[in-house]
Amino acid sequence: MSDLQSQDYIRRSASTMTPPSARNHEEEVAKLIDVSRCIGCKACQSACMEWNDLRPEIGHFEGSYQNPADLGPSVWTLMKFAEYENEQGNLEWLIRKDGCMHCEDPGCLKACPARGAIVQYANGIVDFISDKCIGCGYCVKGCPFDIPRISKTDHKSYKCTLCSDRVSVGLEPACVKACPTGAIMFGSKTDMKHWAGERIDELKSRGFDKAGLYDPQEVGGTHVMYVLHHADKPSLYSGLPDKPRISPVVSAWKGVIKPLALIGIGLAALAGFFHSVTVGPNEVTEEDEVEGERALREKENTP
Amino acid sequence: MALTRREFIKFTGLGLAASSLGVLGFGASGEAQAAAVRPFKLTHATETRNTCTYCSVACGILIYSMGDRAKNARSNIIHIEGDPDHPVNRGTLCPKGSALLDIVHAPTRLKAPRYRPPGGTEFKEVSWDFALDRIARLMKDDRDKHFMTQNAAGTTVNRWTSTGMLAASASSNETAYLTWKVARSLGMVVFDNQARV
Repeated sequence: MSDLQSQDYIRRSASTMTPPSARNHEEEVAKLIDVSRCIGCKACQSACMEWNDLRPEIGHFEGSYQNPADLGPSVWTLMKFAEYENEQGNLEWLIRKDGCMHCEDPGCLKACPARGAIVQYANGIVDFISDKCIGCGYCVKGCPFDIPRISKTDHKSYKCTLCSDRVSVGLEPACVKACPTGAIMFGSKTDMKHWAGERIDELKSRGFDKAGLYDPQEVGGTHVMYVLHHADKPSLYSGLPDKPRISPVVSAWKGVIKPLALIGIGLAALAGFFHSVTVGPNEVTEEDEVEGERALREKENTP
Repeated sequence: MALTRREFIKFTGLGLAASSLGVLGFGASGEAQAAAVRPFKLTHATETRNTCTYCSVACGILIYSMGDRAKNARSNIIHIEGDPDHPVNRGTLCPKGSALLDIVHAPTRLKAPRYRPPGGTEFKEVSWDFALDRIARLMKDDRDKHFMTQNAAGTTVNRWTSTGMLAASASSNETAYLTWKVARSLGMVVFDNQARV
């Protein structure tokens, strides 16, 4: 018995058969990031690194509050700062906490060729099982949000786990707990959508008539959702994809080429078997040896 | 081991067939699932309530240390997070508070009083006795010299303005009360809090 009793897998990378999930009544969890309440303090970043024992190398000032400059194998969540001048000519500082979206239909899991290196639990969390990771980087290409990063130290892929170790014992993720303004909330997906609805109504009443929830259906919805004041233009928020989609290369490779190749391997094995039964091995007989020696002698004799 | 060409081809063929079977899904599909989720690291850690050292907001924190305080175990702080029962922050923390663990273990952290004599160029570590005696001596001398009982108008003021005190931010109500009593009973009026620095 593993310690995953409460966290049955519902998807597993590179597996033709995922063990059936015996427990099917587990509530899906979600993290809701209300961009309109975020003050960009980076408490979530600190708490993430502290809880997950990550200490990236101290970098350099890049001319922006965004620090470190990018996500990394030790930076699983990052405040992204975007300056946007709206139609009225006013500056809006759009700060978005970037990190794994925990897609319902995860592109990383689909692209991963290592069996069981990426799993999805029944509560919706997409987790990387590092000891099975082969460091090929396919998940980086498969991710519609450009999240996973390969470590230069152990050549394995890393990203936010939604604090699966905390969630599995009934706690909220570290970033959620730390957030001083309540911009990050955690709960069941139903509750989070409901809460987001209230916030969106409030934002609309304050003049943000394009406010809305970012829960992109192109990837089957996500377990990390955003409340955006400009939900019609997610790309304003440091390039949040307007329509996230898994790269067509992944679906072509996994959906078409892989089954074809497997059929090819099967056919080759089958052909070999029938060839062996009907024709049999190419035996060298006595006559062949005599004939061969005669041919050699003839060759030596000819000038 | 001597391999004929034929045997070599046989063995490689077998190997290929075996690995192909795995790809085709005949492998150990029901293999035991390795423990995936990282074990929760605080299960038996000792939880201690405290106040954040940083500012006058004085957020409640939970300090987790390893070991159960058994005689032979040495406690060491392994994690700090917000105290959900604390009315000030209700479990949340700012980025500095969230990173308190690294303050605790910082190699540059001051753990003993240090003293640089007048005209000296370097600090050297001194004992608490030395530091407290010296502070008391200098305070007494200065107070004796500059304590003012009455102002120019003859009103009784009982004040001491030539020495100031900077109090700590991470204080409980009781500590703050005592700090106030000590400073004010000496007549000290230059009195502020570290949190405003």
